[in-house]
Amino acid sequence: MLNYLKLIVLGLIAIFSMIAINYARDVAYMIHAIIILAVSAGLFVWVLRHTDEPVTPAPQNEYMDGVIRYGVIATAFWGVTGFLVGTWIATQLAFPSLNYEWAQGYMNFGRLRPLHTSAVIFAFGGNALIATSFYVVQRTSAARLWGGGLAWFVFWGYQLFIVLAATGYVLGSTQSKEYAEPEWYVDLWLTLVWVAYLAVFVGTLVKRKEPHIYVANWFFLSFILTVAMLHIFNNMSIPVSIWGSKSVQVFSGVQDAMTQWWYGHNAVGFFLTAGFLGMMYYFVPKQAERPVFSYKLSIIHFWALIFLYIWAGPHHLHYTALPDWASTLGMVFSIVLWMPSWGGMINGLMTLSGAWDKLRTDPVIRMMVISVGFYGMSTFEGPMMSIRAVNSLSHYTDWTIGHVHSGALGWNGMITFGALYYLVPKLWNRERLYSLSMVSWHFWLATIGIVLYAASMWVTGIMEGLMWREVDANGFLVNSFADTVAAKFPMYVVRATGGGLFLTGALIMCYNLWMTATRSPAVEADAAVAHATPAE
Amino acid sequence: MSDNKNHDDLDYETTGHEWDGIKEYNKPLPKWWLYTFYACIVWAIGYSIAYPAWPGIKAATPGLLGFSTRVNVAKAIEAHEAELAPINAKLAAADLGAIPDDQELLTYANNAGAAVFLTWCAQCHGSGAAGAKGYPNLLDDDWLWGGSIEAIHETISHGIRNEVDDMARWSEMPAFGRDELLAEEEVVQAVNYVMQLSGQTPKDAAAAEAGAEVFEINCTGCHMEDGTGDRYQGAPNLTDAIWLYGGDYDSLYQTVYNSRFGVMPPMGGAELSEAEIRAVATYVHGLGGGEASED
Repeated sequence: MLNYLKLIVLGLIAIFSMIAINYARDVAYMIHAIIILAVSAGLFVWVLRHTDEPVTPAPQNEYMDGVIRYGVIATAFWGVTGFLVGTWIATQLAFPSLNYEWAQGYMNFGRLRPLHTSAVIFAFGGNALIATSFYVVQRTSAARLWGGGLAWFVFWGYQLFIVLAATGYVLGSTQSKEYAEPEWYVDLWLTLVWVAYLAVFVGTLVKRKEPHIYVANWFFLSFILTVAMLHIFNNMSIPVSIWGSKSVQVFSGVQDAMTQWWYGHNAVGFFLTAGFLGMMYYFVPKQAERPVFSYKLSIIHFWALIFLYIWAGPHHLHYTALPDWASTLGMVFSIVLWMPSWGGMINGLMTLSGAWDKLRTDPVIRMMVISVGFYGMSTFEGPMMSIRAVNSLSHYTDWTIGHVHSGALGWNGMITFGALYYLVPKLWNRERLYSLSMVSWHFWLATIGIVLYAASMWVTGIMEGLMWREVDANGFLVNSFADTVAAKFPMYVVRATGGGLFLTGALIMCYNLWMTATRSPAVEADAAVAHATPAE
Repeated sequence: MSDNKNHDDLDYETTGHEWDGIKEYNKPLPKWWLYTFYACIVWAIGYSIAYPAWPGIKAATPGLLGFSTRVNVAKAIEAHEAELAPINAKLAAADLGAIPDDQELLTYANNAGAAVFLTWCAQCHGSGAAGAKGYPNLLDDDWLWGGSIEAIHETISHGIRNEVDDMARWSEMPAFGRDELLAEEEVVQAVNYVMQLSGQTPKDAAAAEAGAEVFEINCTGCHMEDGTGDRYQGAPNLTDAIWLYGGDYDSLYQTVYNSRFGVMPPMGGAELSEAEIRAVATYVHGLGGGEASED
């Protein structure tokens, strides 16, 4: 019965897409309609061929790991894609002639930049979060994922969102809001996928066999809930036509800016911080084989973090049309946020007490530790940059880009790599990783890459901030904007080099993970099946 | 030492919870962490009392210090202007032609003019003033509308061919091909003639020869008999190697066929003060190609 319903829905979507292709007002919309037609028609045929097949109920005492294996592959794939585009656009900034004339309108910096940011944050980070949260919530709840095939819908639906967003950027469909570029129909689709994600996650928590909810799941849940709220409010818009990609924002002026940075900052706060802290709270104690440092600290820093983060957005809008009072509050909440952020770092690092010697022998734990270190550094740098006086120097400079990358490459990237190294042998039933020395290589390449990136951006950021405000004895500005751009050239080369090292490390990781999944000695069959039983 | 610590850790009691093998200690909050957190909160309360912070129904609390970014920037601008008022007044009142000879005014005008140039002019003319296709190079001594400080001052004040300022300098080259003033063949002839005029080898020597007559009838009104141009009409000199839109065959063909219409906005009135215009005029005049004032 359910299959017939699916066929009807898929058929209707396919027919609607055909009409949409015909009436499309812009290229991006038309290409998207073609993609949706191909997906829905393909699924239609697939469902049709499987209708009336006998359904074997999934064994409820086993974890649902297939979708996580796909998630791990998607994370690695999108990671490399995002790093590659990032390295490329960093090189374009150093050598503008790489914005080839023949590729104008598709491959120039302006089109590729949102492709890079969305690929690393939403495609790489998002897949990492979905995959690890599915893994963690099952293990720590001793329950199979709720909702049957719904987890598969979440995974594939999210990939479709990524493809629509990425092709949209290259074809010029954007609502010009940083980190929220996709247009209205892509936003609607993501909303649907995200609600399904929330349902799977909460459903699994509800049927858990453990008496308490583990701290990692608090963070995952706060991330899923808050991102849903942020996404809906920041993307409120009215389409110009149902047959076109363009839409008009509901808010305008400073209200729009405030909503955008309320969203933008909490995308960092809940997507890149809370979600990844969930990851940290599972994989660090597992890899270190040590108890978490302090339950009390987890509670206090969790509630302080999620209460404070939501107010910090206005610090992105110091010295703009935003009223002073809102700017003050954004700054004040950012600074109070410092210690709650560091609570996660302390709990991560101190969990290692009694196991510090593992840093010498286990490159995976080394990766996780440096990740938590970068987390601590970025969450100190962030509050500092939110101070109005500091911000008057740092704002609009490369310092901000350096700050974001020490967080994104150092914290999000490294903890994800650590999680992938942990997960692949487990998910593919292998005794161990294919090569630990490759993990070491990855660790050092990535670390040096991040250091080059962050240090060069500090230098150029502070330099351009100082050059912009430099005045002569009569109070006249000394430098033109182009002077500051020219002065940044050497640092841009260093930055691109750092990106190249980071990318190389990620490629080594992909090879290592591939060889682990295919060549490492297998775990004996008996122990291989992961059973959903409560811990002793 | 570390061994003892490890031992302590292993003896410490966990909460008794366990998830997938993960246990939790319930160690106290680190003191330095807690007190730093408290200090931040206390500081935050104090700061939000001192500065504008808490929104009410009609207005937010203004803060005890009377801080306002808008007031601060207005004050800074006011102070800057007050400091420069005497020399700006002197510059605005001076005889334009005399500025380059007054060392004090010249030094000030060059500094101020460079700042104005980088803010308002560099977008088109380049930060080094070397120009670009369609935007004149200001470093050389080839001037479309005159290179004396007075002429430069007028150009900056009113702009070129804009609809904003009634006193903008204005001229318009006919689109000989597009508007069918000349036959296709005649356009080609004129282009070849102009190439020859500027010392280049024409693409078609016969056409260049025939172009002399086309040029004579259609072009000399502005570009003069010998092709050296006319500054009163902003008509470029066609005999030198300096080209605003390019001197190769294709560019010249475009120019004759479709004409060109370079626009410069007026900088006088709302944009720049008289002292600023004089400063940037002095700066441009001093870049290398400035000419002596006409009597």
